[in-house]
Amino acid sequence: MSSEHIDEVSGIPTTGHEWDGIRELNNPLPRWWIWTFYITIVWAIGYTIAYPAWPMLTSATRGVLRYSSRNQVKNELAAAEAAKAKYVAAVESKTVSEIAADDALREFAVAAGGAAFKVNCVQCHGSGAQGSKGFPNLNDDDWLWGGSAEQIQQTITHGIRFASDPDTRLSEMPAFGDIITADQIKQVSAYVASLSGLVQDASLIEPGAKVFAENCVACHGDTAKGNRELGAPDLTDAIWLYGPGETAIAAQVRAPKHGVMPAWIGRLGETKVKELAVYVHSLGGGE
Amino acid sequence: MVDNTQIERLEAESVNSAKARQPLYTPRKKIFPKRASGSFRRFKWLVMAITLGIYYLTPWLRWDRGPFAPDQAVLLDLANRRFYFFFIEIWPQEFYYVAGLLVMAGVGLFLVTSTVGRAWCGYTCPQTVWVDLFLVVERAIEGDRNARMKLDAGPWTARKLVLRVSKHAMWLVIGAATGGAWIFYFADAPTLVGELFTGTAAPVAYITVAVLTATTYTFGGLMREQVCTYMCPWPRIQAAMLDETSLTVTYNDWRGEPRSRHAKKVQAAGRPVGDCVDCNACVAVCPMGIDIRDSQQLECITCALCIDACNGVMDKLGKERGLISYATLSDYNANMAVATAGGSCAASPSLVRTADGKFSDRLAHFHVSKIFRPRTFIYMGAWTAVGLALLYSLLTRDRLEVNVLHDRNPQFVTLSDGSIRNGYTVKLLNMIPEPRTIVVTMQGLQGAEMSVVGAEIPAGRSFAIPVEPDRLKMLKVFVRQPAEQIHGTAQTFTFRVEDKASFESDEYIATFNAPETAR
Repeated sequence: MSSEHIDEVSGIPTTGHEWDGIRELNNPLPRWWIWTFYITIVWAIGYTIAYPAWPMLTSATRGVLRYSSRNQVKNELAAAEAAKAKYVAAVESKTVSEIAADDALREFAVAAGGAAFKVNCVQCHGSGAQGSKGFPNLNDDDWLWGGSAEQIQQTITHGIRFASDPDTRLSEMPAFGDIITADQIKQVSAYVASLSGLVQDASLIEPGAKVFAENCVACHGDTAKGNRELGAPDLTDAIWLYGPGETAIAAQVRAPKHGVMPAWIGRLGETKVKELAVYVHSLGGGE
Repeated sequence: MVDNTQIERLEAESVNSAKARQPLYTPRKKIFPKRASGSFRRFKWLVMAITLGIYYLTPWLRWDRGPFAPDQAVLLDLANRRFYFFFIEIWPQEFYYVAGLLVMAGVGLFLVTSTVGRAWCGYTCPQTVWVDLFLVVERAIEGDRNARMKLDAGPWTARKLVLRVSKHAMWLVIGAATGGAWIFYFADAPTLVGELFTGTAAPVAYITVAVLTATTYTFGGLMREQVCTYMCPWPRIQAAMLDETSLTVTYNDWRGEPRSRHAKKVQAAGRPVGDCVDCNACVAVCPMGIDIRDSQQLECITCALCIDACNGVMDKLGKERGLISYATLSDYNANMAVATAGGSCAASPSLVRTADGKFSDRLAHFHVSKIFRPRTFIYMGAWTAVGLALLYSLLTRDRLEVNVLHDRNPQFVTLSDGSIRNGYTVKLLNMIPEPRTIVVTMQGLQGAEMSVVGAEIPAGRSFAIPVEPDRLKMLKVFVRQPAEQIHGTAQTFTFRVEDKASFESDEYIATFNAPETAR
């Protein structure tokens, strides 16, 4: 450092630094500014004492306020659970149709059921519950086992053809490939297709009707309207679980496929199943 | 008329005088502004009364809004996302009105600055208004300039303690009143004031009051001119807004210089003497603590109190007013050319006066017509255009709206009779404070029918539904079209909503999706 030098123009002392004849003025900061700076330092020290801050070997200092974001989340979750409690209690104590009839409760159940659906059901029924071949579309108005909220609840609770649940819904169509001839299969398929206006070869319909009367009416009924008690589908409507058209129908007559849905009661519990039933019922096809 | 030696000499030095020029980095020099009196001071009182009056009283103005909203004329209802301004009600999606007002405020500031300089800073800026208010309190408690300086320099006595404590207490009260008034804009004022004092108001209300009390006290009471000089960006920007025809507070040195405290002696010695008697009155009254005689400077907020102070002195001396005045740079330069004979000599007062002591008629004076120049016309044009556009939009805006969201997952559902169903979320916005019955009608899409989920409405092509005042009604609507009527995978149709009472209507063109192989 050189001895103190004072700038001639401004009368301000310089720092003694000089670059190519340019000197640096030694201007002090305003005092309030410096004090603000000191206060921020004090604040920062206090902050690191109050809150978790200093890294140690295995964790960090806890802070005297014992704050942790994990606790905060835990508290928020607990508060959310508490806020939900009265609805959950109501869902528990009421039947699904009572829930569906109560606006506020239905809204809650649809939201909760929708969330549960996205976790447990979308793998088969699709994210919009639209289903796919072999997996029923839950938005439509065709129900193999009935579309009231109670019937849906029953289906979710015990599943379909789920061997380990004694109350599961059970239906089985025989494999007619071993019972009737290939020609008869062709004829009956044409007849069934004609019921919903999908016929291609009109000459097969009449013999097909005979085959149907002999083999199929027991389950599907005289008018082929199906039987919900047995889970036998209505063959006259536009909805085909395994696809429309004679070929798809023939395949299903010859060697039927049978989907399996698990019983969800063990995994989800009654409340969630109720919520799911209300949600599915609300999709637009509920009866 | 008095001799200039009888004018009181004030010991005052500007904070940024050449002698102590450390433009930015210097310990704060205390300022003790003297009370000014005159036309600008009166104007400032008036502006202060009006602006403070508007600020404190507006939340208490009532406006009948029916049973569905607080009867408050100006209300920012954040909870319900509404902004009420007298007969205008703004919904969140109409926030562009607020943006438009901000644009108008910005262009307005340009316009005002380009014509009369920093009038915003000097008269209407909240910082200025509250500092002025705080100075009134300070003056009332501690006395005017000299008394305050004496008190400040003196030792801590009981009297000083009492004065200081009462001053700061008063400042805090004003700060609390300021913060208190602010929150009334966000809730029903009479309700909130009760809650505030019974301890039942929302914590955010108390926090807001506390923060605004602290900032008002600190900025208005403690920091004052430091805020304008160091914290506010506008002094830096204003330089770009001014031009040579903008009015600024100007020390007319072409008539004031050479200044002299002993004009008679100097004159007797045969040297020229200007009108300025160097009494420092202009410096003493300046709330920014500057000396306007050092010419235009960043700190000047053009409050014109120095003009009042100087005019008072000129009156006493029997000289013409306007030694410090609002003047434009071009006028100043023209007058300077006269006073210096085109720059060929030092400023000489004799050059600007005729033999009888009157000012020469070669001097330039400000004329109102100078306000109207291309630049200000552009600002005025832009300001008016934005204003008219807002007004037009406000007068023709829809108070009934329909928004439709088409269900995307699934896009369509085949029903057992083969018909196709699409789902829609229909949002009806009734934006007036009265209940309405809205008729929703389908146009197009042959043979299709609507059904509303959860409503006792028979399926059909039209239905009427009541909508609460000032509310959005959300409906889940299913549209179903028989298979034989379907033409193509994506058909368009229209949701038309209508209020039969007011004939207001709105439409939304929606798409109806169907599978390729619909029966």
